Amino acid sequence: MSTRKQIILGAYLGGVNHHTAWWHPDAGSQIDFSTFEHTARTAERGRFDFFFLAEGLALRERAGKIFDQDIVGRPDTLPVLASLAAVTTHLGLAGTINATFNEPYELARQFATLDHLSGGRTAWNVVTSFDAFTGRNFRRGGFLDRSRRYERAAEMIEALRTLWDSWDDEDLVADKATGRFLRRPDAGTFAIKGNQFDIHGRFTVPRSPQGRPVILQAGVSPEGRDFAARHSDAIFSPFGKLPEAADFYRDVKARAAKFGRNPDDLKILPSASFVLGDTEAEAGERYREVREQQITGRTALILLEQVWNRDLSGYDPDGPLPDVDPDPDAPPIIEGRAFVHQDRFATVARWREIAEAKKLSLRELVIDQFERGPFVGTPAQVAQQIDDFVQDDGSDGLIIGSHLVPRGLDEFVDRVVPLLQERGSLRAEYTGTTLRDNLGLPPLPRRSGSAAAAV
Amino acid sequence: MPDHLHLAVALDGAGWHPAAWREPNARPRDLFSPRYWADLVRTAERGLLDLVTIDDAFGIQTHRIGVPDDRVDEVRGRLDALLIASFVAPLTSRIGLVPTVTTTHTEPFHVSKALATLDHTSLGRAGWQARVSGSAAEAALVGRRVISGYDPRILAAADLPAELRDLFDEAADVIDVVRRLWDSWEDDAEIRDVATRRFIDRSKVHHVDFEGRFFSVRGPSITPRPPQGQPVVSVLAHRREPYELAARAADLVFVTPTAARGAEALLGDVARAVADVGRDGEPLHVYADVVAALDGPGESGADRLRRLDDVAGEPYTSDTTVFGGSAAELADLVASWQALGYRGVRLRPAALPGDLDRIVTDLVPELQRRGLHRTSYPEVSSLRGLLGLPTAVPNRYAEAV
Ligand SMILES: Cc1cc2nc3c(=O)[nH]c(=O)nc-3n(C[C@H](O)[C@H](O)[C@H](O)COP(=O)(O)O)c2cc1C
Repeated sequence: MSTRKQIILGAYLGGVNHHTAWWHPDAGSQIDFSTFEHTARTAERGRFDFFFLAEGLALRERAGKIFDQDIVGRPDTLPVLASLAAVTTHLGLAGTINATFNEPYELARQFATLDHLSGGRTAWNVVTSFDAFTGRNFRRGGFLDRSRRYERAAEMIEALRTLWDSWDDEDLVADKATGRFLRRPDAGTFAIKGNQFDIHGRFTVPRSPQGRPVILQAGVSPEGRDFAARHSDAIFSPFGKLPEAADFYRDVKARAAKFGRNPDDLKILPSASFVLGDTEAEAGERYREVREQQITGRTALILLEQVWNRDLSGYDPDGPLPDVDPDPDAPPIIEGRAFVHQDRFATVARWREIAEAKKLSLRELVIDQFERGPFVGTPAQVAQQIDDFVQDDGSDGLIIGSHLVPRGLDEFVDRVVPLLQERGSLRAEYTGTTLRDNLGLPPLPRRSGSAAAAV
Repeated sequence: MPDHLHLAVALDGAGWHPAAWREPNARPRDLFSPRYWADLVRTAERGLLDLVTIDDAFGIQTHRIGVPDDRVDEVRGRLDALLIASFVAPLTSRIGLVPTVTTTHTEPFHVSKALATLDHTSLGRAGWQARVSGSAAEAALVGRRVISGYDPRILAAADLPAELRDLFDEAADVIDVVRRLWDSWEDDAEIRDVATRRFIDRSKVHHVDFEGRFFSVRGPSITPRPPQGQPVVSVLAHRREPYELAARAADLVFVTPTAARGAEALLGDVARAVADVGRDGEPLHVYADVVAALDGPGESGADRLRRLDDVAGEPYTSDTTVFGGSAAELADLVASWQALGYRGVRLRPAALPGDLDRIVTDLVPELQRRGLHRTSYPEVSSLRGLLGLPTAVPNRYAEAV
């Protein structure tokens, strides 16, 4: 069993959305810091690799009105992670930050700061934006069309790496006796010129404990996959079920090899949810209850409106799927959603087939299709399912969210984690000090004076 | 009851004297470590201080303001101040946390939600020192605009050139938008109405639809209204344009008395700016900045300044008063400023952590003896409450009931 893969675990704290049971009597705030602190401490107690935050830069709107039942309100990613750095010691801190509506100098500085403050525990989940609507909150507006966003994201990563490498490991001398604070007068000097950026000057943050944060990426289009295979250390994917997950895993690892990388150095981490019960039947019952509650008739219609791009409010959630075709050319009815369906017509055709075959109502179809890799069963069954999923190359680990905020993860850590540890698939203690170490990523080369001189 | 004198400390690197990092008890290798900042702010909290400011700028430090240099004998490099404040927030409970954040190169939307979040994580202790960046070198770091920059002659002139005036007007717009975004959620917008499945009452979440000369922002914020409603906004100011910016947009202004322009004259300057922009409502609170080198065992503050000057190879000059002396003498000085009408002082420790320690162990007890400083934190839980600012802040978007 020496080839047993060690499962990577991230803890995902959901916002207010159809994955979260905010109406549950035990549900707490999604804004209070205590929620974040509790979840992070719980994840650390379970020896998770990292805590993960998603991001959205505009409140969703439907037909020009702000949503009132979904994706509503969240604190800012980097300040929350900096606060969590103070109350945890080993847990990685992964922040989703958009490459389109940020500037490289500022972002490099914030992430390098976070890496210093956390002692080398940060990760950047690079996302591109989904629509120009978000741009209306920014000075620069919705300035890039979708096809250019990965170009910017790629230049962004290059730029951040240049900035993070602008100090050598030895540049900070701070020798009181000789009066030398810097080893060289030009520490931090950089110049970056590309299609997106033309910047130069001196970076203010000395090289951070990890050298640079771990890079995650979330995106599933061919461009997104190539982007990840080239630039990132890990992928956050939506594929939590075999065999899609295994197909994605093979595809992306092959792409990494094609770009000359060791496929082991690119970790695949689907998002996953779980529901536990003392018996299989009880777990199944709890799961059905949660799903029924999560996807009300109105929520189901709104989720379908994202794909149809039509006002579907006249349809009966308990009836069949809408009998009309999607309308991709109309102005978006739902703005600010995180997921772009590549081909609405293909998606609708597939859903019609599934609804037909399984005899599902509109709402039942949504309940069936909008789930994210749920692991359901007794703790022993869930541990087995997760372990099998990873050992069968569905992924290298999982990013786990609970429908119950803030205490949902406790159940997983108390009841499933020990079983995974018994199976030898999850460490009992942290092995490294940085997130890179814990993820089993190869160490970055040290930067010495000569490396800098060669640039 | 007259409000007592408010005490702030300005944290930056190893202290404000350029040779401070070479002091025996300085920790120059720790300037980028979390412990260093946690230790400093906890010390300040032990002294029952109102707030700490954490200095910042995008660009690297220079020996002379705005003039890039290649010195290797002074502190260079800095962490992001807002993230330092965020890190310190869960490790402290009463003291205000006021990072510097620039208004010139940042996105107001990001600034607004970052400060709102600091207010959430610190349970109502966030503030902001808004900073205009007029430097050409800083503009080149961001690359979105060209700023021709300033030199000291321009700053000495009676009127700033239009380009620099615009930066202050833009800053006023940035602060205005940030404040609007803080108000874009009403306090009770989150209703969690299980029966109707509405998480928020959307009539209480508002677009801000700001359109100004320099940019537009639609809103609402993604972050619910911060606990204070409006975190405390401050500006450091040395001349008319920033006084007017403070008068238009800030709660608090830090000014810099010097031999050339004394504390009394400065209050007059601020009052004129307040009148000129027609500020009404809550008066602008004025704090005086002073660099503090306090007497220690075996060495007076004045001697220490001389010794540090020797190390630096030249006398230290500052934009504000440099004080070297005993805690009693400093207490006399700040009491005289309070008598003039200052709400508070901001001490810039000449050397860290040494002068901060002396502020807490010597100056604070001296001020307490004179009834000028609190002996425990009051029951108010927010920075606004601590500073004597109104704690109930009306939301501009809320319908009057
Ligand atoms: C699992 C997953 C999670 C994502 N999370 C976010 C997020 O938190 N914030 C965001 O702006 N975009 C998020 N995205 C969107 C992606 O960054 C990307 O913009 C989108 O998937 C379109 O890229 P693609 O065509 O390559 O998939 C996520 C995507 C996936 C697949």
